[in-house]
Amino acid sequence: MEALLSLFVKSIFIQNMALAFFLGMCTFLAISKKVEAALGLGIAVVVVLAITVPVNNLLYTYLLKDGALVWLGADFAEVDLSFLGLITYIGVIAALVQIMEMVLDKYVPSLYNALGVFLPLITVNCAIMGASLFMVERDYNFSESVVFGIGSGVGWALAITALAGIREKMKYSDVPAGLRGLGITFITVGLMSLGFMSFGGIDL
Amino acid sequence: MKALRNWFDSLEPHFHKGGKYENWYALYEAIDTGLFRPADVTKTTAHVRDGIDLKRIMITVWACTFPAMFYGMYNLGWQANTAMADMGIAAVEGWRGGLIELFAGYSADSIWDNLIHGAAYFLPIYMTVFIVGGFWEVLFAMKRGHEVNEGFFVTSILFALICPPDIPLWMAAMGISFGVVIAKEVFGGTGKNFLNPALAGRAFLFFAYPVEMSGDQVWTAVDGFSGATALSVAYSDGMSVLTSQMTWFDAFFGKMQGSIGEVSTLAILIGGVVLVACKIASLRIIIGVMAGMMATSFLFNLTGNPDTNPMMAMPWYWHLVVGGFAFGMVFMATDPVSAAMTETGKLWFGFLIGFMVVVIRVANPAFPEGMMLAILFANLFAPLIDHFVVQANVKRRLARG
Repeated sequence: MEALLSLFVKSIFIQNMALAFFLGMCTFLAISKKVEAALGLGIAVVVVLAITVPVNNLLYTYLLKDGALVWLGADFAEVDLSFLGLITYIGVIAALVQIMEMVLDKYVPSLYNALGVFLPLITVNCAIMGASLFMVERDYNFSESVVFGIGSGVGWALAITALAGIREKMKYSDVPAGLRGLGITFITVGLMSLGFMSFGGIDL
Repeated sequence: MKALRNWFDSLEPHFHKGGKYENWYALYEAIDTGLFRPADVTKTTAHVRDGIDLKRIMITVWACTFPAMFYGMYNLGWQANTAMADMGIAAVEGWRGGLIELFAGYSADSIWDNLIHGAAYFLPIYMTVFIVGGFWEVLFAMKRGHEVNEGFFVTSILFALICPPDIPLWMAAMGISFGVVIAKEVFGGTGKNFLNPALAGRAFLFFAYPVEMSGDQVWTAVDGFSGATALSVAYSDGMSVLTSQMTWFDAFFGKMQGSIGEVSTLAILIGGVVLVACKIASLRIIIGVMAGMMATSFLFNLTGNPDTNPMMAMPWYWHLVVGGFAFGMVFMATDPVSAAMTETGKLWFGFLIGFMVVVIRVANPAFPEGMMLAILFANLFAPLIDHFVVQANVKRRLARG
């Protein structure tokens, strides 16, 4: 239990997807102008991560891993399908994002409109793919991957909401013409990541 | 005075649009309004009469750091003179030594000697910071057409005070350049940034040059002398070793190693009382920081096991006096630009700082001190805190009808 809790804290703060690994930058920079939209996208990412990482974990453990198919019979002990990993994970993510898009369109049309093209683009959001690959690389079991999925989603959502808050405040800033827009956002994200370095050495 | 005023008036047309030196207007304006009351008056009907303007506020903050600054210089000199006597070093080498010998000696018992010794280290740092930072400030003011802002006075002195005594001067110059340019001027100058520029510069140095900015070598301005700060003693050896080295009152008055301005909690609080009395620093933020720090350290005291991590046992009144806590709480957290703006938000903002500083000090073995990082972290979330406080107010009023 304690191990899971520290994994949760670690995935939110110490190994923050956005500010420590700089994953998912395209949506991170594009949908961070308004706090409401950022929060909505953040929640969408949490949901997607919380489902895809465990599902991919099951697929990996019972289908793809070297010798995973042994439950079919002793003949399959040699089969190694891990080369199918990338395409499988992307498939799972794409299917899930499709479902999510339909749900949002039906029930929260305002958010659906605010997110625009970036909602389907969650499919290729590197934070989501990255979480699945981290899960494989670090050999998480099922419960760990649930916690890791939720945690890294929450961390990403926290980062994008904070960035949106800062950018709303920056409406009053007087940024040099050449830096307006993405330029100053990159600098802002860099400075935010400096703030998140406070967790850098914590070993959980 | 009259002649000086007339001279300024005769110069003024050259700096206006179309004049010979129109690019230098910002510099002229800074010196003029620094020496004389501005001649501008309100031209429309609505105006507020108030003696407190931005200049007055910033100069007050600047003056309030003086107790900490003078005590810091004295302490720096005392630490160095004591260490030199222990190690049998007779004199400081180089130009600093020449400066010290010009005015004083090396006796650790003499307040004057200690003060001069400290000044020989602090004033060059401060001058470097002021000149380099001022250069950027004026450059941006000239190119972007805003005024040179007194906020820079505060940034420069705060930055100089949170440097370790042994810092090389070029490093101080780099730190303040990062702080002023990247953390402030690219956002448009004072009041438009979201991080405290002095802290951002310090954090930049801290991560870029960890050897010169942390560890045991840098806190006393004597080559080869190694002395740990109270926090790293407590971290590696536990509270009992710390209390055998110094009493709580030693730490409160500031007889210990540390960054120049942060050592004496008493001197900092004197400045803090003035700031709060003048309503420049927000009392709510200070209360929030204290509450967060006390709650978190109580929590660690109760639940933590001091055998595995001695910092768990550090009580709140020690957290208050060691490291940069008091300095950060009084001068950095209350920075009106980077803190939360709403009244409820200020409490939460402070609480977040207090919570984070104890968490970093206790749980993070990489950084014994956490005040700088805690404030930077809370700066990131200040706009968000404000946003939610405002939303909650809007909702409450809607519900009221």
